[in-house]
Amino acid sequence: MTGEMHARVPSVAGANSKELLISVIAGLLQGCRHVAVGASSPIPGAGALLAQNLSGGEMRVSVLGSRRNNFFTDGGVELFDCAAQGRIDAFFLGGGEIDGHANINLVGVGGYPQSAVRWPGCFGSAYLYLLVPRVILFREEHSRRVLVDKVSFISAAGPAGDKIYRPGGPHALLTNMALFSFDKTRRRFRLDSIHPGHSLEEVLDNTGFAFDRPEAVPQTPLPDAERLARIRGPIRESIGETYPRFAASVFPIPA
Amino acid sequence: MPQSPLTTIAALTQRIPDGALLAVPADYAGVAMTATRALLHRGIKDLHLVCLPVGGVQTDLLIGAGAIRTLETAAVTLGEFGAAPRFVEAVRQGAIRLKDATCPAIHAAFQAAEKGIPFIPLRGILGSDLITHRDDWKVIDNPFAADDPIVVLPAIRPDFVLFHALKADRFGNVWIGHHRELMTLAHAAKETLVTVEEIVDDNLLADEVVAAGVIPSLYVTALAEAEHGAWPLAMPGAYDIDEVALKAYVEAAQTETGFRRILHDWLRETEVAAA
Repeated sequence: MTGEMHARVPSVAGANSKELLISVIAGLLQGCRHVAVGASSPIPGAGALLAQNLSGGEMRVSVLGSRRNNFFTDGGVELFDCAAQGRIDAFFLGGGEIDGHANINLVGVGGYPQSAVRWPGCFGSAYLYLLVPRVILFREEHSRRVLVDKVSFISAAGPAGDKIYRPGGPHALLTNMALFSFDKTRRRFRLDSIHPGHSLEEVLDNTGFAFDRPEAVPQTPLPDAERLARIRGPIRESIGETYPRFAASVFPIPA
Repeated sequence: MPQSPLTTIAALTQRIPDGALLAVPADYAGVAMTATRALLHRGIKDLHLVCLPVGGVQTDLLIGAGAIRTLETAAVTLGEFGAAPRFVEAVRQGAIRLKDATCPAIHAAFQAAEKGIPFIPLRGILGSDLITHRDDWKVIDNPFAADDPIVVLPAIRPDFVLFHALKADRFGNVWIGHHRELMTLAHAAKETLVTVEEIVDDNLLADEVVAAGVIPSLYVTALAEAEHGAWPLAMPGAYDIDEVALKAYVEAAQTETGFRRILHDWLRETEVAAA
């Protein structure tokens, strides 16, 4: 559901918009020991590989679908067993709908089970969301269609103030417009920064749920020249193994 | 020495009757597409299909052809080729009975079956609407600790599991490498039906290193050689996905007419006709 990966990538002051997202993701993963990235997730994958690169190789990154960056040997179940044991610190989830309480919907809208609009399904979300401490919600499209007041179907539930076993949960929400963090006690998102080229008004207009924000919302920092060189060098090469078409379309300068 | 499970694709697929509970792996683990086309050629129907843990073009084909009554899966998608068009349409029409799940729940349900136990507890899932709609999933109190609700899932013991692998030996031992979910499926199922790219002469259990990635013939009911048996999907170690064929499928399957046309074309493939 990360979508639109082959579209023309607009440039923002040296770094393009995808490179900005990759850089933001790397920042969100700082300090993690083991980050896992699910299928069809080139930008989270590139962000995780950048975080690993910046960690000097301390961080483990498992990219599903990769041969080089995937050391699981026990079949599809291993990722999930790993998560339940606390061996995975961060993971990424998307959502056709994400609401203000951080519930996510990957099933569809317009009724269930006979849905007018049906998406693929829950995948591992219902499970991983409760077990992985730093779940990053990543959805490029920032619109009232996606960021809704209340999801039509809860694929995976945000923190509800109940006393169930829940070492995991939402850490941040990243879109092509802004970065939010999630306050588990208040059960609300907080706008942390707005990406260059976008305004607070635009964020407010396109967000269907209420959220907290500081008086002055900072701009999301662009990757500096040194980080950009890493993205366009080793990260481009590394993510290209799993997502060759993505790598070719996003990075303007060949490695 | 027990009889070798070696047979033909036709005889292998004939074992699966209408209405069977059939389990299949995800695209990355080896999908028996030639055998699936042989099933469709025969006009199989009323299947209860369980995907471990997600379905792709195989599932979409079976749905489009009207072969599925009940579908249990964590998702159906054609990955980078887009949404699964016949699945989306069947859901919109209410044409199939849906048992939506989450990946680890399906893995766990097969693991319960391989242990011969009736159910298995699993973390997570609490608060998801999946529980509301799955009347066969329950939440119980952890009998060993206070204030700890936990989800329990019934074992899934399939009538048949069907998948495609790189190679097997003539004794019926099947090499699966690190695709361990295939081992779980074989352990869980009443009958394991396997197609392979190649049947080799040497006993795969003879070499300790190779044997670690082998399903012993004990679990294998029927085995048939099917070269390019995963086409148009990839067979890791043998060939890549056929992007042209999958793009053509997605485009055609947007409409019922287009789907019927490509299904007709795909069922005309020589190896299916011969089967």
